[in-house]
Amino acid sequence: MTRYICILLLSLFMCAVPANASGTADESHGDKINPKEIIFEHLGDGYGWEVPFNHHKRIPLPIIVFGSDGLHIFSSARVTDGQVYKDGNATFKISTDEEGGHHGKLVEIVDGKEVRPFDISITKNVCALFLAVIFVASLLIWLARHHKANGFKAPRKGLGAIEALVTFIYDGVIKSTLHDKARKFAPYLLTVFFFILGMNLLGLIVVFPGGANLTGNIAVTLVLAILTFLVTNIWGTKHYWKEIFWPDVPLWLKFPLPIMPIIEIFGMFTKPAALTVRLFANMMGGHMIVLVLTLLIFIFAAVNPVAGGATTVVSVLFSIFMLLIDVLVSFIQAYVFTMLSTIFISLAQQHEEHKKDEKQAAAPAVASAR
Amino acid sequence: MELFTPDFGLIFWMFVAFAVLFFILWKWAWPVVLKTVDSRADLIDKGVEYAQSAKEQLDHARESAQAVLDDVRKQQADILREADKLKTQIVEQARSAAQVEAQKVMDSAKMQIEQQQKEAQLQFRNQVSEFALQIASKVVKNEMQDQKAQTRLVNSMLDEIESK
Repeated sequence: MTRYICILLLSLFMCAVPANASGTADESHGDKINPKEIIFEHLGDGYGWEVPFNHHKRIPLPIIVFGSDGLHIFSSARVTDGQVYKDGNATFKISTDEEGGHHGKLVEIVDGKEVRPFDISITKNVCALFLAVIFVASLLIWLARHHKANGFKAPRKGLGAIEALVTFIYDGVIKSTLHDKARKFAPYLLTVFFFILGMNLLGLIVVFPGGANLTGNIAVTLVLAILTFLVTNIWGTKHYWKEIFWPDVPLWLKFPLPIMPIIEIFGMFTKPAALTVRLFANMMGGHMIVLVLTLLIFIFAAVNPVAGGATTVVSVLFSIFMLLIDVLVSFIQAYVFTMLSTIFISLAQQHEEHKKDEKQAAAPAVASAR
Repeated sequence: MELFTPDFGLIFWMFVAFAVLFFILWKWAWPVVLKTVDSRADLIDKGVEYAQSAKEQLDHARESAQAVLDDVRKQQADILREADKLKTQIVEQARSAAQVEAQKVMDSAKMQIEQQQKEAQLQFRNQVSEFALQIASKVVKNEMQDQKAQTRLVNSMLDEIESK
């Protein structure tokens, strides 16, 4: 137990160090620290991955772009620190232009203008995404292998925790909401849960294999929400579509002006939008609070060394507290995303005869989610 | 704001990564895990059900065992009572049979006695007649000459005795 606490504390301290390094590095350059830039750099994506304890060295990652003259693949080391890289006839650089709208992104220079190419580079976030996939897949295949080898014997220790999560989601959320359809949608919903949880937790590890603000990136949550939207609507029943286009309301609400159908169609899209924003905002907020608390040290240190020293203690304690809260939030947000997806799918699985039962069954869950 | 504009590259890779992860888990993890979890839940449900029914059966068995025991006790009492009855009956029968037998023995004894009495009477009569004849002949020899008259006299006298 003490060993785990030590590891946890160590990883928490590591969270403070890169920010510290960045601060001192910036000051050694003689600049004032720019909190906004540091925060957004940490929250956003990048073409390289920071090496622990050194803000300037980065692990180079492959850049894959379709420029004006076709496919280009090169290492991100070629374009760091504003270097211009010529690959064949095309010229690439990372935009430093604040006004151009492509700040921090790779651009192709065509006729002196910065043009954003079709960019599918393996950025820091994409790389973290792959690591999360490997992490989650190996954990669950480990569990599956245990089950294959030992049958009904319940796993112990770490594996037992993973299985507890599986049964928590499967029995507590999926089965109780979808009933006989649980088995059909369980693979998707469980994959979503473990993927989000894996990404959330890896994002909290501050050094290399983690630290990418993945679920706090709107692209990631958008894709997950789109997938739930697709699953909901592709497997939606006839009754679900009837409820959208010809709902059970007085005639004047749907003819001649289709007020209710418009609201219902709007609702189809607000659901995934809510999913996207909820996960994105929660996770980004967690990362941002820790970053801001850490940067407070340098802001106050620049004003007065004594104030800086005092802030250090408070900030570190608060950062640790917030990171621990974030561990909880990681789980809760993965759970909430899965639960809402389950409810949206179950609402599209209604049939005429037991519509009322399911609405009653789903109502408390929906209420508690909101 | 860069944070709120989704980047196409990341969207593309996110789709790919999710598809790969979903395929891997769908193929190699979820079928095994869900099957085990489901069948284990079934097993536990069945176990509980089985335990409940076993307990019920046990209670039931206890009751029925008690019933059987009661029945057996009743039968035992019945048999004992029956046996008692039978015993008295047999004794009664034996007694009556013995009485009948005794009666028979007594009757045959009586008959024998009577017969012997008769025989004795007959013998006695013969002897008496002989003695009488001898006496009479001795008496009459002296008194009577005529044989025929004598025999007639004797006979008439004997008849007299007999009729007495």
